[in-house]
Amino acid sequence: MKVELTASQRGARAGFRSFAAAEIAPHADRWDREEALPRELLDKLRTSGYLGSTLPRELGGGGHDMITYGLLSEEIGRGCSSVRSLLTVHDMVAQAILRWGSREQKERFLPALARGELLAAVALSEPGAGSDAGSVETAARPDGADFVLDGRKKWTSFGQIADLFLVLARCAGQPAAFLVPRLTPGLTATPITGLLGTRASMLAELAIDGCRIPRENLLGRVGVGLSHVMATALEHGRYSVAWGSVGIAQACLEAALDYSRKRQQFGKPLADHQLIRAMLTDMITRVRAARLLCLRAGHLRDSGDPGAFMETMVAKYFASTVAARAAADAVQIHGANGCSADYPVARYLRDSKVMEIIEGSTQIQQITISQFDFQEF
Amino acid sequence: MDQRQQRIKDFLARFFRNHDLGPNDDIFGLGFVNSLVAVQLVAFVEKEFGIRVEDADLDLDNFRSIAAISALVARKTEQPAAGG
Repeated sequence: MKVELTASQRGARAGFRSFAAAEIAPHADRWDREEALPRELLDKLRTSGYLGSTLPRELGGGGHDMITYGLLSEEIGRGCSSVRSLLTVHDMVAQAILRWGSREQKERFLPALARGELLAAVALSEPGAGSDAGSVETAARPDGADFVLDGRKKWTSFGQIADLFLVLARCAGQPAAFLVPRLTPGLTATPITGLLGTRASMLAELAIDGCRIPRENLLGRVGVGLSHVMATALEHGRYSVAWGSVGIAQACLEAALDYSRKRQQFGKPLADHQLIRAMLTDMITRVRAARLLCLRAGHLRDSGDPGAFMETMVAKYFASTVAARAAADAVQIHGANGCSADYPVARYLRDSKVMEIIEGSTQIQQITISQFDFQEF
Repeated sequence: MDQRQQRIKDFLARFFRNHDLGPNDDIFGLGFVNSLVAVQLVAFVEKEFGIRVEDADLDLDNFRSIAAISALVARKTEQPAAGG
């Protein structure tokens, strides 16, 4: 296996890094405090082609391979996890439509998603259904040419502003996925505020009361809404979150290196204290290991290898725990300063905790990964 | 068991430890196939045989046995996939 970026991928990464340094990182703490992303940023993301960047060029997308998309997730995530989250959930829906949508659905939704004219979000979790996604209670009832949906969705990232929701419901007891426009009568989004991390992700709770959805908005057949449609979205989400976690860990490492060079204690820089060096070394090693796992998952995804599913899960599991550990150590190295709003490491710590919960918690990944290897060996 | 069926059996064998899978064995009925396997099975069939599994193909009966999967592949390779 050759672990090397192509010239095109390196060039793309430089562009992502430059964009994040100019347009994202300097503002991320303010967006975190304000618990919102500004409209101007969304316009810049649209203009840059970062929304729907993995969609094929013929549909108006960026045609990014999975490695390039991973680099985008890392660099944007290094600046602000909420912005990375915006790209993640939007692309989760785009990928699900690309994979399982009818020709009509692809033509209707994908060009608009590629241009960012439509902003998409995933409505999966419910007040009573988190890790156990199969237990969703939102109900879809066939009624003439339509389905009528009733239920509650919670923790929907960018639910405050998304134009289109991928909603998992149950239809006659079977999972079914629907594309639900925001303006559907009966759909109400209530902002969720005061979150621990990724506070600018503009989460919402969705009330779905008698929403009438035409049959042509059923994505995939009834019965495969979770096992195939939502699985496609979630695998893509895990992949993006894995890279985004590498971005957080990298940001922690850079902040810790910078601070430990400048901060003097006991007459010498923190960097000259061996216990600080040990933390930095672990951080450096784990970040590199996590990035390698992400690259491997990306290569397998690009080649359509069936092993991509598990390798993506392994990458997400490891990278999210690396981010959490790196953030905790970065705060530790910063001491009291790390606990203040004067340095971004406190935000990294709060955001990293979220990475261990979204798109499959650390414990769900542990169960699934071990279950798979018990099956195989 | 023909060559195509053997390739399918070789892939499934990793999930069916200590069970010699026959061409018509119901892989769902044997209890080895969960959603994780189902996702990888679709990816395997697509990559191994160069076909695209569409929503219309996701009938459980198309994946119920080695013979059924092989028949699906045969149909997909003999007839170019419809757009969608």
